[in-house]
Amino acid sequence: METSIIISGFGGQGTLFAGQVITYAAMAAGKEVTWIPSYGPEMRGGTANCTVVISDNRIGSPLVLNPTIVIAMNQPSLEKYESLVAEGGYLIANKSLIEKDFSRSGINSYFIPANELAAEIGNMKMSSMLLTGAMVEITGILSLDQIKTALENNLPARHKKTLPMNFQAIDKGAEYIKELAAEKAK
Amino acid sequence: MTKKLLKGNHALAEAAVRAGCEGFFGYPITPSTEFLEYMSSRMPELGRAFVQAESEVAAINMVYGAACAGKRTMTASSSPGVSLMMEGLSYIAGTEVPAVLVNVMRGGPGLGNIAPSQGDYNQMVKGGGHGDYFPIVIAPASVQESIDYTMLAFDLADKYRTLVYVIVDGNIGQMMEPAEMPPMREIPTEAPDWAVTGAEGRDPIALSSIYIDPYDEEVTNLRLLKKKLEIEKNEVIFKEFFMEDAEIVIIGFGTAGRISLSAVREAREQGIKVGLIRPITLFPFPFERIAEAAEQAKSFLVVEMNTGMMLDDIQVAVKGKIPVEFYGRLGGVTPFPDEILSEINRINENPPTDPNLDARADWVKRLEKAIEGSN
Repeated sequence: METSIIISGFGGQGTLFAGQVITYAAMAAGKEVTWIPSYGPEMRGGTANCTVVISDNRIGSPLVLNPTIVIAMNQPSLEKYESLVAEGGYLIANKSLIEKDFSRSGINSYFIPANELAAEIGNMKMSSMLLTGAMVEITGILSLDQIKTALENNLPARHKKTLPMNFQAIDKGAEYIKELAAEKAK
Repeated sequence: MTKKLLKGNHALAEAAVRAGCEGFFGYPITPSTEFLEYMSSRMPELGRAFVQAESEVAAINMVYGAACAGKRTMTASSSPGVSLMMEGLSYIAGTEVPAVLVNVMRGGPGLGNIAPSQGDYNQMVKGGGHGDYFPIVIAPASVQESIDYTMLAFDLADKYRTLVYVIVDGNIGQMMEPAEMPPMREIPTEAPDWAVTGAEGRDPIALSSIYIDPYDEEVTNLRLLKKKLEIEKNEVIFKEFFMEDAEIVIIGFGTAGRISLSAVREAREQGIKVGLIRPITLFPFPFERIAEAAEQAKSFLVVEMNTGMMLDDIQVAVKGKIPVEFYGRLGGVTPFPDEILSEINRINENPPTDPNLDARADWVKRLEKAIEGSN
């Protein structure tokens, strides 16, 4: 089993770090894993993305053409990756910065107002962790606890005080998905 | 020992530290900068030498000096930076002192770009600087291999008093993978007997690459050549996958090799008899294994992130026995496994029969079509 995730957004949205948290969690779960950033001449405000591959076997390519999961944090990321999500895969998009709320057939798509939801807990920068929580709830590739433990163990010391807020964001993302499922069930 | 999630550049640097590197001299350049950045704090912490030189030319000459003093020393750079170091590298080779260079390759020629590339194969493997010399060239394909072969690089440099190049592309420099670090090695307290350490109580030693009398230089060149032959006999490293019954054999090094592995696995699932040879030492090159594989396989597909530089070496080994095909991406483009898989499928459906086929010319046509299609 091999799962590949591309997380893409503006520089500063936390896409690279979110990918690292997933990577740490997968590693702790005993999986083979690779994390590779796009490292172009990008700065805050430019685009930044990373690819995470999680597998039971030794990983060949750290790059994938058709990822199983895409987290698109802004419009350019959606435009770039929407058509590339593998058949049956998942597109998780930040509706706050995206002009539409539907996607192509053959994939499971979720449009989540991550910025607004993150603002509700007091920090818009939490949007990447929020979408990570949602992604985990949707796909079940890891547990929320595994993500939280990875975050706790690897958040740089200078950011430790933001840990509770990060946890809140992860939970809020997952909650949003649960509510969505409950609504659908009605 | 437990595995840690490590970035390629950091892992390469820490491996050098643990191998006993006592002096790092460098100049920053993407995508290798994190190497130097790591060393800038790590080396002083251990009381070892770190200098950010004023240029690559200065950096490699500092390496030269430290090497002459018998210290384990190195530099790390990326393609254009390595080009600037070529004069110094040739001097180090001519003086026969050990030194390690890590080249995190990027797109070229010229200033090119900062994307991953394997376009320095010829420069690294065939010498690059002036004169007859033969650096050992090792091409790891993962963060773990980067660690293991950096340790080995220092040992080989000392063993043969030679240059050792560890070459990766930007992908491996920038990616993170779980990997395990070996324990820290003791630094030898005594300098090797050839080192320039101050001549108190003994005859002076002079280290130089100048041999004014051509007959002296000839003897030196012959010594270097004999070293080359010795290295070729002893130090070949490669890995292979699914080779038992392989009819199509993919050959790729570094990133191109590991990406090919993904494609080979998928093709195997489709029942195609395909295997992979991934050369790890590019000099000494696994000519013997490649020649052997040419007896077994019906055709080869060489995959590189350049215009087919290793392809030439493969063809030397194959001696026209079987058709050799080529697939490459250029200019800093990394191929996806899907591209290599479709090459495997193509070869499987229409096996090439002409052992003299012009691999490069055929591939150029396919690549042009692919580039057109993607625009």
